Amino acid sequence: MTGRRRAAIVGVAESEVGRTPHLTVLSQQARASKAALAEAGLRPEDVNALFVAGNWSWAPALTLAEYLGLRPDYLDGTNIGGSSFEAHLGHATAAIEAGLIDVALITYGSTQRSNRSRSAPRPPATLTEQFDRPFGLPQPVGAYALAANRYFHQYGATGEQLAEVAVSARQWAALNPDACHRDPITVDDVLGSPMISDPLHLLDCCLVTDGGGAVVVAAEDRWPDIGTHPVEVLGHGETTTHSSIAQMPDLTVTGAARSGPAAMKMAGVTHDDLDLLEIYDSFTITVLLTLESLGFCKPGEAGEFVRLGRTAPGGDMPMNTNGGGLSYTHPGMYGIFLLIEATRQLRHDFASDPPRQVEGAQLALVHGTGGVLSSTSTVVLGRS
Amino acid sequence: MGDLVPDAETRPFWDGIAAGELRLQRCEDCERAVFYPRALCPHCFGDRLDWVTSPGTGTVYSYTVAHRAFGPSAGDPPYTVALIDLDEGVRMMSRIVGGATVRIGDRVELEITRLGGEESPALPCFRVKESA
Ligand SMILES: [Zn+2]
Repeated sequence: MTGRRRAAIVGVAESEVGRTPHLTVLSQQARASKAALAEAGLRPEDVNALFVAGNWSWAPALTLAEYLGLRPDYLDGTNIGGSSFEAHLGHATAAIEAGLIDVALITYGSTQRSNRSRSAPRPPATLTEQFDRPFGLPQPVGAYALAANRYFHQYGATGEQLAEVAVSARQWAALNPDACHRDPITVDDVLGSPMISDPLHLLDCCLVTDGGGAVVVAAEDRWPDIGTHPVEVLGHGETTTHSSIAQMPDLTVTGAARSGPAAMKMAGVTHDDLDLLEIYDSFTITVLLTLESLGFCKPGEAGEFVRLGRTAPGGDMPMNTNGGGLSYTHPGMYGIFLLIEATRQLRHDFASDPPRQVEGAQLALVHGTGGVLSSTSTVVLGRS
Repeated sequence: MGDLVPDAETRPFWDGIAAGELRLQRCEDCERAVFYPRALCPHCFGDRLDWVTSPGTGTVYSYTVAHRAFGPSAGDPPYTVALIDLDEGVRMMSRIVGGATVRIGDRVELEITRLGGEESPALPCFRVKESA
């Protein structure tokens, strides 16, 4: 990307996460946005681009812009599930490189836990959903369970290997005072938790929480005024393979096989260059399929990769260092929290908390997954 | 089972199920089967699509046994939802009926069933014909 105007994350913040009945999807985004801009030392009037995803408004970007009193000249409501925010970051970077914008605000908010909206009846099936919904697949967990069983069948993988992902995430969560679940768990705890959709147990599933987040992206011209260490966006890729799990071409290969190499090629980095991974962990199987599709291990070998402790605290490829969607928080579309954590790690924000800080972290890969393994978006971030 | 809302494009399929037949589209340009019904062939973008009746035989690509059910189409768990690769080369989501233990690779055959009782719509479900 040399020669083009560079873009960096200059501010990040989350609202309260967990159960927040006193907040709305709008107030969560407002609080996170104020905190992220304040951290960067930027004012609301500096923001000229707004990136929002969600289904809480017929046009979330318009609703939020009005609520915040912003009049952005560049709007992006790309809505590809939990991977939306890595896509937003890629789009914001492209717009900054092209000289269209200087400062972008990316936000998310959710009250799914307080509203109990996760289990609320959905509107009648329309269009393509009429070929899935009548069969009673519990969504989204059932779709991931279909992928897990196919993965087991092809590679002889086991529930123990899935469970190792949850155990690794919980080890990181124990180091994060803001994580919703911090008590240590074992593989047996995961396998002993209630079966939800075979072979996925309760502890193979992400949390259901409220929460919100914001990420501020700025052009390099602005970096000298910024109060934080800029974290540069070095590469980005995104794709989709399907919408319904029934139409996924191969249940063991995700769009990460396209978006990952695209992002790494743009960034000019290889797997060995990366210091940490923030990988969307909606379910334990999501992580194993993603590690393989990204090329960190061969098909069928991600379980062993995790079991050896390589992704846990002290491992050579630290992953989901805040405890992830499995143990930290998961307000429905988790992708913005991946960006927040990667940014903090690359700024060395946890330097005074050595077990949590990935020592000397310079390069991170952040990977979002949306829908039912339907969309992926990958970014490579570097400490500038 | 309030989740079946046929539209102008899909009504021939659901009318077929109600009449006891699994009807698929077939592209006259590339001669490949198309499921679910649509206006353009997703393989070649052709728009000449015919309806043909499928024998309703296929293979289990994957499955899950749902132990918790949520939403209006939830049945009484546990029950088995599967992805079926029809012999025509298309994949569909369905329910396995008939009580047999299911494994990936099992051969299955169509059994049109009203999962929610007589008042509910007929759905293309499958029964295990031959275990893998
Ligand atoms: Zn065709």
